[in-house]
Amino acid sequence: MDKVLEHLGDMKLELGPVSPGRGNWQYTTDTNGILWLVLDRDGTGTNTISQDVIRELSDLIAQAEANPPKALVIRSAKPGGFAAGADIGSFDAMTDNGAADLLKQGHAVMDRIAALPFPTICVVHGAALGAGFELALACDIRIAVEGASFGFPEVKLGLHPGLGGTFRLPALIDATEALTLMLTGKTAHTAEAKSLGIADVVVQERHVAAAVLAAATGKIKEREGGGVKAGVLLLKPARSLAAGQMRREAAKHALKEHYPAPYALIDMWETHGDDPEAMQKAEIASFAALLKTETSKNLRRAFFLRQSLKDTEKGEDGIAHVHVVGAGAMGGSIAAWAALKGKTVTLGDIATDALGKAVAQAESICKQAHLSAIQTRDTLDRMMPDPRGYGIARADLVIEAAPENAELKEQIYADLGKRMKSGAILATNTSSLQLKQLVGSVKHPGKFAGLHFFNPVEKMELVEVVAHEATDAKVIRRLASFCGAIGKLPVQVTDYPGFLVNRALTPYLMEAMVLMDEGIDKEVIDSAAIRFGMPMGPVALADQIGLDIALHTAESLKGTLDKPMAEISEALRKKVEKGETGKKAGQGFYDWWEGKPRLDTDEPGPDDMTDRLILPILDACVVCLREGVARNADDVDAAMIFATGFAPFRGGPMHYARTRGAKDICARLDAFAKTYGPRFEPDEGWSTFE
Amino acid sequence: MSRAVYIVDGARTPFLKARGGPGPFTPVDLAVQCGRPLLMRQPFGKEAVDLVILGCVNVIADEMNPARVAALRLGLPERTVGFSVQINCGSGMQSIDTAYRYIQQGSHEIILAGGAEALSHAPLVLRQEAVEWYAGMARAKGPMAQARQMTGLRPDFFKPIIGLEQGLTDPITNLNMGQTAEVLAYRFNIDRKAADAYAMESHHRLARATKAGYLSDEMLPVFDRQGHAHEADDGVRPDSDMQSLAKLNPAFEKPYGSVTPGNSSQITDGASWVILASEQAVKAHKLKPLARIVDSEWAGLDPSIMGLGSVMASTPILQRHALGIDDVDLWELNEAFAAQVLACLAAWHDEEFCREVLGYDRAFGLIDRDRLNIDGGAISMGHPVGTSGNRIVLHLANAMKRKKVRTGIATECIGGGLGGAMLLEAV
Repeated sequence: MDKVLEHLGDMKLELGPVSPGRGNWQYTTDTNGILWLVLDRDGTGTNTISQDVIRELSDLIAQAEANPPKALVIRSAKPGGFAAGADIGSFDAMTDNGAADLLKQGHAVMDRIAALPFPTICVVHGAALGAGFELALACDIRIAVEGASFGFPEVKLGLHPGLGGTFRLPALIDATEALTLMLTGKTAHTAEAKSLGIADVVVQERHVAAAVLAAATGKIKEREGGGVKAGVLLLKPARSLAAGQMRREAAKHALKEHYPAPYALIDMWETHGDDPEAMQKAEIASFAALLKTETSKNLRRAFFLRQSLKDTEKGEDGIAHVHVVGAGAMGGSIAAWAALKGKTVTLGDIATDALGKAVAQAESICKQAHLSAIQTRDTLDRMMPDPRGYGIARADLVIEAAPENAELKEQIYADLGKRMKSGAILATNTSSLQLKQLVGSVKHPGKFAGLHFFNPVEKMELVEVVAHEATDAKVIRRLASFCGAIGKLPVQVTDYPGFLVNRALTPYLMEAMVLMDEGIDKEVIDSAAIRFGMPMGPVALADQIGLDIALHTAESLKGTLDKPMAEISEALRKKVEKGETGKKAGQGFYDWWEGKPRLDTDEPGPDDMTDRLILPILDACVVCLREGVARNADDVDAAMIFATGFAPFRGGPMHYARTRGAKDICARLDAFAKTYGPRFEPDEGWSTFE
Repeated sequence: MSRAVYIVDGARTPFLKARGGPGPFTPVDLAVQCGRPLLMRQPFGKEAVDLVILGCVNVIADEMNPARVAALRLGLPERTVGFSVQINCGSGMQSIDTAYRYIQQGSHEIILAGGAEALSHAPLVLRQEAVEWYAGMARAKGPMAQARQMTGLRPDFFKPIIGLEQGLTDPITNLNMGQTAEVLAYRFNIDRKAADAYAMESHHRLARATKAGYLSDEMLPVFDRQGHAHEADDGVRPDSDMQSLAKLNPAFEKPYGSVTPGNSSQITDGASWVILASEQAVKAHKLKPLARIVDSEWAGLDPSIMGLGSVMASTPILQRHALGIDDVDLWELNEAFAAQVLACLAAWHDEEFCREVLGYDRAFGLIDRDRLNIDGGAISMGHPVGTSGNRIVLHLANAMKRKKVRTGIATECIGGGLGGAMLLEAV
């Protein structure tokens, strides 16, 4: 950083007269008679709205009620933001110990803030999520500091807002917009929050004190909720019409039996949308009920699985400059993503037209990520197409993303070995070759590892960090930190055919092809998988991965694994021969020219079809556990959820297996083995599976 | 203190013809595209660059002080100073000259000096009367005042002046650059055929040099957001011939003039950078210099004959170092117009001119075409105004190294009646 700026330090948050101290809340009344309540939770960098926080706030509000200040300001002392929401770790305990009573206590505090007779002002910088957003909504006026954002991510945990959000937000802004925010879990960033009416004013941090004084003295008026549309939505028929539309929209993304929360919220609003008191009661009851659902428990599990992967990212990656070899679709998007996240990137390829395409692709990734024109320019400036490979000598990390050809990769490694600087890491993005096949031509085997990204890189969060026998543990740690630095989730796996994810996924994809060969429509197969909870069916997924890559992976697994696999479908080979390699070619098993294929079918297919598809995934995961490919069952679940979207509401394949019971699964597999062949024989790992 | 100053490396973008409408790159985009790979291949880090100087004539509104904007976009540290210089067609050489003198004095060790120009982005300029009218409109308070102001509106207010055309016209003599070439052609008896033959040769030479790979370290590809890679100058015509050149009409003085689009430099976008280093920096970073800068000179003359600026700037250097016609192994004389280049040669070959104007006893001599612009020039690759002076110095250094020769001069004429020249010596 620039020396002058370094000396000046970070921008200080305006905390009025409050000085930092111990305890969750700091408070002081300033010379204008304004009471500043500053949330600064002990022992953590992020504020959450815990039970302690609510209880202490209740006492402070009581003091303010007894001794009214001229106005009250609530804000956070954490540089990172306002508050991240409720303490999710406490949900399990709440579920079992009278959630409704605890919720009522929280609601009472929010209601008392809303009823205070003097102006109440919330200053929000960074994110105000969930309960944090609800605290802001209980205040009269919200001052957003540039960069602030507001959102209700509860739906992602199988819940809806539970501290008054379901009635306070629809009362403040257009109710359909409010419901949309709650149903999608999307965040409203500063400008959107202002235009929706969530934020009354937007200021820079340096003007917070002046804005607070203006709000306290009536110069910023409290927003009058609603408008004409709000009036209309007070009528039940209008709400029913809107609710119907919302249900149809929700059904496109999530089935009710898998994800009950959005439907519960819509029902509540349809019934009680004109009566805040009834809505409050319904919210408490519904939230307490949702807490107990398997869906919510499993989604909370997925949340913690993500945290546990994130825990492996800690520490410095020591990687400022990344050189990517190969400007194909994968290499190009890895380069673009790393540049977008602030790394200096060189992208090597002798084909300049491929480099050109990668630049265009990078711009489109920036657009999808909603980058401003200046951020896009800076990202593209950081990503240098490098036909001569000048970046190799300067890179801290070289990622090889060349075609899946061992000989070609070996040639590349031999050249890299001569040019890379000492201490630099060489990582391969191979998905179908094993590292032990490649390590022979690597100069420093200890600094060689796998860094397996999933397609499309800009959307898929998971990265497999692959260690072969000689990889330094420190290198794996640095690569995990690198994943964290570029906003990805690393899962550590060993050098096994297909690593973890492709090993588990390939039998599923191959079984889908067998089913097609048996004469079942691809739409019927894919619909069954979606009904199970997959984000897309196996045939569409194979198209998206690329049929050539799927074929290559299948052949490579079939060649290296002892375990029998399904015969590779002739239909698949023919597709690849014809160049109909899936989404990227516009045509695979589906026609992709007009976007995502539609599955218009009500046909359920054979009774055993879903198990024939899903159980091979579970079996392969057990193999990986037995072989030590993944560290533990939680990592397997995390990897499958974040790389393949494996039904998150089921908590991941291993959690699902546990729920269903190993015995039941093995019996089913044995039966399949008799009917369909030895590929279904349950792995010996099931005997010790817990 | 006077220290040795070396050119240690440099690169340019391909020069891209302006084809109506803005091209894919702004001046700073070009400077960044060119500077990234150049810095990337250095053995030293970006923090070792002490200063950035960039020549640019047509600065666009988003990129005031393009040197500083380019430096920050190239990822140089905030503390690294960057300033821009402008002396029309000499801007890219002015940046090198300034860097040369700073390093020579001992205040800097490594300087990035360049030129960048996107002539396709040259703005449409509103007429001054129109600007005043708009300002009056903005000041007018109330409907009556606005209505009064409205009556002053004239249709030709909306007819913008092409900024480029304006920029290429000398404000003192009101001659555009092509007309100054017509003046020289007349004064020095350069006929159309000789000019066309020179132009054809320029295309052939550039095409040959590109094909032979002589430019592979000098001209680095650039990539636009539409996904195109631009790998080579796109105005070069390898199959240029006399017949097709003869068909072209005069561009500036119809119908009798001899200066045509075919024997003039092309309007292009492009950037070029060179890295200058002190002896100390060369040692510290184990750099391999291309050449040493020995001397430089700027000269002025009547704007209507600005094309002789090269002669006026180069001659004092030749005289200071007692260099005769055979002592200069290579010349890069910027090809603004074929007639202008040939007029310079004619002037040095003219005994009377050399005696009366240049102070020689006799004619300096006729520069051998095999030593002059050996790999083509602005006629075949284009003349991005603020860039060309930089490119000729860089190319001279590279060509001297390739040819293993000792002495070279890079020189250009400058619109407005100036000339610049720089003497390089092999290391």
